[in-house]
Amino acid sequence: MNSTLIIVAVILVALGGFLWFLYNSIIVAKMRVSEAFSQIDVQLKRRTDLIPNLVETVKGYAKHEKELFEKVTEERANLVSAKGVAEKAEVNNQLSQTLKSIFAVAEAYPDLKASQNFMELQEEISDTEDKVAYSRQFYNSNVLDYNTKLKVFPNVIIARLLNFQDAEFFGATDEERKPVKVSF
Amino acid sequence: MNIYSAISANKYKTWAIMLLFVLVITTVVYVFSKALGYGLGFAGIALIFAGITSIGSYYYSDKIVLTTTGAKEIKKSDNPELFRTVENLCIGDGLPMPRIYIINDPSPNAFATGRDPKHAIVCVTTGILTILDKSELEGVIAHELSHVKNFDIRLMGIVAILVGFIAIAANLFMNQLWWGGFGRDREDRNGGAQGIFLIIGIVLAILSPIAATLIQLAVSRKREFLADASGVLLTRYPEGLASALEKLTRDPHTLKSASNATAHLFIVNPFKGKETKQLFASLFDTHPPIEERIKILRSM
Repeated sequence: MNSTLIIVAVILVALGGFLWFLYNSIIVAKMRVSEAFSQIDVQLKRRTDLIPNLVETVKGYAKHEKELFEKVTEERANLVSAKGVAEKAEVNNQLSQTLKSIFAVAEAYPDLKASQNFMELQEEISDTEDKVAYSRQFYNSNVLDYNTKLKVFPNVIIARLLNFQDAEFFGATDEERKPVKVSF
Repeated sequence: MNIYSAISANKYKTWAIMLLFVLVITTVVYVFSKALGYGLGFAGIALIFAGITSIGSYYYSDKIVLTTTGAKEIKKSDNPELFRTVENLCIGDGLPMPRIYIINDPSPNAFATGRDPKHAIVCVTTGILTILDKSELEGVIAHELSHVKNFDIRLMGIVAILVGFIAIAANLFMNQLWWGGFGRDREDRNGGAQGIFLIIGIVLAILSPIAATLIQLAVSRKREFLADASGVLLTRYPEGLASALEKLTRDPHTLKSASNATAHLFIVNPFKGKETKQLFASLFDTHPPIEERIKILRSM
């Protein structure tokens, strides 16, 4: 009589401990995803900080490209105000495209191309581009880890019960994977 | 595999190796003390010796290596391109930024050291910076950072402690046999069983240090392959590392400042031309054959 009670109690405690462990491991994975995401944010911020500088520099040499400047300024503002993974990824891709056209336009202005300031900015931006790509890679590998954790047995039971959602991958177009580079 | 799962996989493997070593050590010590008719006293002495030397080398190995190879620390302004490459790859791996050192030597090579990611050091020669292009250098740096990420330096440190322990224990045993009480009070002990242990003991004293070294080298080669693979996972460009390895082997310079004690750290064996093709000799290599590494990289 008494011994059955003890056995039941031990099983319950063991089960409780196991659930506790599972729950915590899911939470840890989730925290890692959000930490990795804030890393992307840091790099995106770096990038948005560089753009006004770039616009000023290019403006000095190429006054006629007004449309392009407006576009890049607008997209920069969009990126700053973007919320959520999907939106940020989307706006970020657009911005990459526009930056590319700016560097393409710069081809037509030899003075601009030769300016020390412009060359430095170009290097900085290309480097930031790489950094965004790498931080995204780190983020995505954490997302993969977390999403896998939600789907394997027995975690899937807890995940369903407590309504854990899959984390979103930070998408990149093939176009955008390539660094912004202008050949001279 | 991201950094977290790589670390936990590495921890399990470390424990498995430790277990294997503890088994070997217990057997060896048991046989030795039986054969000498002593208690476990000398096992304690061997452990203390091995412990002190290895803990010392664990904490100071980076400084020793950096001093003997004549490496100099650089700042970002000294070589922004190299710095950025390391920075970017660290972001991709979620590692803190290591310190960067340069060896002034035309022989192209690189290594990583430091006991954990917070104390990591990545070191390259001026030779490697001249002959490799950007994607090749990225491949090499990613390989080195993977050693850091996988805690390889710590793993090899622990293995070195255990190898050292076995070597010292075997040495003490042979010394005792030669100089100690063996001849003097042999009659006092119960002859038959001890005689058998004596023979096994001598065999073990000769074989176990070799066996331990072979395990150590096998672990080292496995870690090289793992670092190649996880490096490529980071750069997503196996060809970069493959062509870098090709260039490194084709280069005729040997690294003057490397020694036998530091050779295992480098991405390719710093003493070129001494690589042997025979199966038996290859058991004693710290690195897997380059051709094989390149073949695996190209098939990824």
